[in-house]
Amino acid sequence: MAPSLEPLPEPIDFTAPLKQAPKLVAPEPEHCPGPESNLAGTADSCAGCPNQAICASAPKGPDPDIPLITARLANVKHKILVLSGKGGVGKSTFSTMLAHGFAGLDNLENPVGLMDTDICGPSIPKMMGVEDETIHVSATGWSPIWATESLAVMSVQFMLPNRDDAVIWRGPRKNGLIKTFLKDVEWGELDYLIVDTPPGTSDEHLSVNSYLKEAGVDGAVLVTTPQEVSLLDVRREVDFCRKAGIRIIGIVENMSGFVCPNKKCGYVSQIFRASTGGAKKLAEEEGIPYLGAVPLDPLIRLACDLGESFLDAYPDSPASKAIRKVVEEVVKTVGGS
Amino acid sequence: MPLDTVKNIVLVLSGKGGVGKSSITTQLALTLSLQGYSVGVLDIDLTGPSIPRFFGIEDSKVRQAPGGWIPVPVHDAQPPLPPRDPTTTTAQNPIGALSCMSLGFILSSRSDAVIWRGPKKTAMVRQFLSDVLWPDNLDYLLIDTPPGTSDEHISLLETLLKTVTPSQLSGAVVVTTPQAISISDVKKELNFCKKVGLRVLGVVENMAGFVCPNCSECTNVFSKGGGEIMAREFEVPFLGSIPIDPAFVYLIEEGIRPVYPQGTLIAGKEVGSQEVQAQPTSSSVNGQASKEQTSGLLVDKYRSCSLSPLFDGVVSGLVADIASRRALP
Repeated sequence: MAPSLEPLPEPIDFTAPLKQAPKLVAPEPEHCPGPESNLAGTADSCAGCPNQAICASAPKGPDPDIPLITARLANVKHKILVLSGKGGVGKSTFSTMLAHGFAGLDNLENPVGLMDTDICGPSIPKMMGVEDETIHVSATGWSPIWATESLAVMSVQFMLPNRDDAVIWRGPRKNGLIKTFLKDVEWGELDYLIVDTPPGTSDEHLSVNSYLKEAGVDGAVLVTTPQEVSLLDVRREVDFCRKAGIRIIGIVENMSGFVCPNKKCGYVSQIFRASTGGAKKLAEEEGIPYLGAVPLDPLIRLACDLGESFLDAYPDSPASKAIRKVVEEVVKTVGGS
Repeated sequence: MPLDTVKNIVLVLSGKGGVGKSSITTQLALTLSLQGYSVGVLDIDLTGPSIPRFFGIEDSKVRQAPGGWIPVPVHDAQPPLPPRDPTTTTAQNPIGALSCMSLGFILSSRSDAVIWRGPKKTAMVRQFLSDVLWPDNLDYLLIDTPPGTSDEHISLLETLLKTVTPSQLSGAVVVTTPQAISISDVKKELNFCKKVGLRVLGVVENMAGFVCPNCSECTNVFSKGGGEIMAREFEVPFLGSIPIDPAFVYLIEEGIRPVYPQGTLIAGKEVGSQEVQAQPTSSSVNGQASKEQTSGLLVDKYRSCSLSPLFDGVVSGLVADIASRRALP
């Protein structure tokens, strides 16, 4: 088969309701429209697939789990996604800080939830200092892990028999777990649910978006570092949000500027230099709000490694102040309590 | 199969994102090329391809030929470059050809999101492995991967284990940063390698330390030593620590030849030069970098980078290791 130079763009229908995925007898083939999609079993590419009959005869209509998810999350006031096209820019670090920041708000009525949808590289439990916990399952659902009195956490890490086990899963299995996290976890009444995502624009992102469509997402916070290599991937994420109809709360520039800790020096180095204007310029170009810049502080790394709250440990550092400002901006934007 | 004549295939893996997989891949490729080997780089990070940016060939497009895609050339094989140090008498290696393949070359706009679920990614990875017409007798094919242990990785390994001989598949270089958060994800990747039976050629610790360009004090921004401890724990070789070098970032982002203030010592060697009147940052103040700073091939400019001697050591070690494995019956 001669390769085609134009495998793109294949339109993805974000608004189509999902149906329940049928049990497949064979792995999904190339160009599978997805067993949950409305085209399942009927698309051109389904011809000859051993699953075709199963997909085609699966119950039509929306996935019956979606109303369950919506009911489960009915008492969650605000749902916020943390996204970035690029890895290692600080999505998880920032999600953790956002969670601690929300949990420290004076007028908080209910706890804050933090859900880690990075299945293959979960970092949230370690950053929250709850790495060794395991999940309790009761008749009413799975209990999240409480990192503090007002902060509930859920991650695949809690389900691994050994801490370092690799989770070698393909897309559909990851989607199934994310659905469970939304449908079966007893989140209870929450003021904020923060959803941390893996890098990219793939299964996890599509699933979170489609499962939460009914329940309603307040918006997404995009995280980037200042250099163009990172901004390039974040542009793709902006494109994803536009196509998926996710509101962008704003963009945060992380690791912007490094202050030399040598007291006599204090020189600010741009380790990840913003040769193209950084996040601020990107925000202007794309017409999205710019939430601020958080400097690179080695103490943030330390706090994350130890599982402490950076905001509580170093409340007066410039980074803490910058993060608080971002938290305030987000609260203002989503009209929080 | 286009992979038939590729001599060695090396994967660059990491469980964590943003630790510098693409940056390490780029430098391994440049160093191999400097040592005279022909190199191909395949980027299978489909939703966030960075390789085109790293090699400064973002505007290039892939050409189609009967039977497959022609990878984008970075540079052709070159006669030896003049030695950097004029007093040196050792003969310089000729430069090996370098070419790349990435989804970035196929996208019509650089900011287009590639929103694909697993099966589609699997199809693309397979196509990249079967339909790219690498030059004949390629010495090294480096495969840059996305973070994680999911669709792309499973498909990559499945296809490679089926289509290439064990002697072609040399193994994986695993990249980490020193902090615990990164280490814990990378341990998952090492377990992945164990599970699929992929040999780990070694661990590289990236972003270990940052030398302040003003006061020369070295700060361990992301801690230090974690990679080495992890390598020991998993009984895999430790290939070395790579510090953060802003000059490398300038080289990639703006194509400026790295220059260092006098007195900068790297691996005991003076790399600073007297002609430098200011930090490389001054170029942004003046608006444009001078022609002199940006002219030349990327591979030539990379020789001026402080990381180049470090990678020279890492690559020599890898090449010797791979060769000794091949020599085994």
